[in-house]
Amino acid sequence: MSITAVTQAIPVQEIGEIFDVTRLGEYTQFTVVAPGVAAGFRPGQFVAIAVGGPDTSMLLRRSFALYGVKPGGDFAGTIQFVVAEHGRGTEWLVRQQIGTKLDLVGPLGVPFPLPREASPAVLVGGGYGTAPLLPLAEALLAQGSDIELILGAATGSRLFGELPAKRLIGQVTVTTDDGSAGQRGWVTDPLPSAIERLGAQIVYACGPMGMLRAVGEVAAAHAIPAQVAVEESMACGIGVCMSCVLPVRGSDGTSKFVRSCVEGPVFEAGRVRWADVGTLPADLLGADAMGGR
Amino acid sequence: MVDMSTALSTLELPNPVLTASGCAAAGEELNQFFDVSEIGAVVTKSIMTRARSGRPTPRMAETPSGMLNSIGLQGPGIDSFLANELPWLKAHGARAVVSIAGSHTDEYVTLAKRLYHHPVAMLEVNISCPNVENRGQVFACDPLAAARVISAVRRAANPNVPIFAKLSPDVTDIAQVARAVIEAGADGISLINTLLGLVIDLDTLRPALGGVTGGLSGPAIRPVAVRCVWQVHQALPSVPLLGMGGIKTGRDALEFILAGASAVSVGTVIFHDPSAPMRIARELEAELAARGFQSVREAIGFAHRTSSEQAEFFAARIATTQPDVDMEATV
Ligand SMILES: Cc1cc2nc3c(=O)[nH]c(=O)nc-3n(C[C@H](O)[C@H](O)[C@H](O)COP(=O)(O)O)c2cc1C
Ligand code: FES
Repeated sequence: MSITAVTQAIPVQEIGEIFDVTRLGEYTQFTVVAPGVAAGFRPGQFVAIAVGGPDTSMLLRRSFALYGVKPGGDFAGTIQFVVAEHGRGTEWLVRQQIGTKLDLVGPLGVPFPLPREASPAVLVGGGYGTAPLLPLAEALLAQGSDIELILGAATGSRLFGELPAKRLIGQVTVTTDDGSAGQRGWVTDPLPSAIERLGAQIVYACGPMGMLRAVGEVAAAHAIPAQVAVEESMACGIGVCMSCVLPVRGSDGTSKFVRSCVEGPVFEAGRVRWADVGTLPADLLGADAMGGR
Repeated sequence: MVDMSTALSTLELPNPVLTASGCAAAGEELNQFFDVSEIGAVVTKSIMTRARSGRPTPRMAETPSGMLNSIGLQGPGIDSFLANELPWLKAHGARAVVSIAGSHTDEYVTLAKRLYHHPVAMLEVNISCPNVENRGQVFACDPLAAARVISAVRRAANPNVPIFAKLSPDVTDIAQVARAVIEAGADGISLINTLLGLVIDLDTLRPALGGVTGGLSGPAIRPVAVRCVWQVHQALPSVPLLGMGGIKTGRDALEFILAGASAVSVGTVIFHDPSAPMRIARELEAELAARGFQSVREAIGFAHRTSSEQAEFFAARIATTQPDVDMEATV
């Protein structure tokens, strides 16, 4: 299947004002007025936000996948993202109220590549990883592609986006590890039959690393590509700190540590060496220069 | 209007704000946020002879007003640097300060030779690297080894290119190391590199970083850095210093200049604010003006003067500017 590399806008740094804050289960959804970030957005891209206010002791930005971006229309120039509280930065963020100004950098990262023409696709979201799949679903539907969506989470309160997804495509499949919502199990349980039912030519996914790896394996077993967006922590988001690297196999067969903020967050699942994340594989480009240190 | 120009040895700069090595890649990413030709210079991340993978993840841990990193000098190696990054900087009119690193003296020499005919504004020699010839002892922590690297680089490098030795704060007497590298032929000194630190992850009950220990940077280390600049300027008042460590605002930059730095580098704060170098240059200009300085140069090391010497400086300023006013009045 031929896919199109999507053109990317230059990111901007801008001060955005919080327009709405909504609690959704364990998550907090923000709508922020940020016309510069909204203008160039493509599904799969993210925004990096400074946390803690002007005199903050927290220097590293926090990154969030974008969805619900409105370049024009009623809520022109707004962006949406969803925050799961885990650590001091996100704790600060979820306490912020309407009217608060946020320092934003975006849109960042490589967006999901789109099929050149309408192609059936299955989209798989884990937890708040569903967020970037919503605008992707819109783009695919606008192309005339048939799509199915599978949402999963550990438990019902950690599901995200079920309602807007249903509004968009009528029906979604839900799985939870504990069976508190939808069917008990993993997103990869209903994935093979969804691929087969639809004759899917591509799978898209966003969620925790273990899920992305498993989704990639299912897609590979069906001989179709999986484009997955990783949720690495990204200290700068713009490619200058080298903190966000993953071991990725290139088209020439050489593996390298690549920055998931600028060369990702979307990768072809088969290229990411999931089993080696957190290690230094000996065959990685430049591993020999580390001299056993 | 404040004259913002300054110099690092023979390198003239339009303003005293540079990036810090390893915090700005080779300038291309930051050029999306400001014109990199407008800052003092881009200091590139330390380059080595061969491609280097860097350390496994996690590579970074946030700490109060700072962070710990164990990136491990990931980079493409000198060939790729000369083919891609350096030409990009030249094409965009940026002054390129190239940081070089090695694990033995010969590696530094090779790099200096490879860079000989290229458009390099200055060489910054990152000697905060383990010396494989001396059981991994960091060059910058051993005045003899540090001097040996610097004199070898000085001999191998283009004689028209100034060489700055970048020092580590993790030493007992930083002025002693500074003296050693200056005697070995360094034209100036960059300081400080990160401080060695460690963070334990309370979920895994193990060190948080893949590299176990890491380098501490950011505003948390600023007073240490200002102290190092102060001590080295006191010991070697005529040696140009490039100061860095936690600079976040124009006020912070001014502290370094008053302590004796001729220019400053902005590092970790770029991750927080990609526009920081230009912003800090503007803020610094306002801070200098607010204190009656007409140029960066007259503020360098100014904190080393006694308060009566400082008062005399400003009084003389008024005395020399006063006649102009009088003459204008009589015309
Ligand atoms: C992520 C990171 C990577 C760095 N890489 C290098 C490097 O390659 N070479 C070098 O000389 N210093 C390196 N440094 C040190 C900085 O250049 C600087 O000396 C130090 O961080 C203090 O300044 P700061 O607090 O403004 O960051 C690095 C620092 C950080 C945070
Ligand atoms: S987050 Fe800094 S390089 Fe990717």
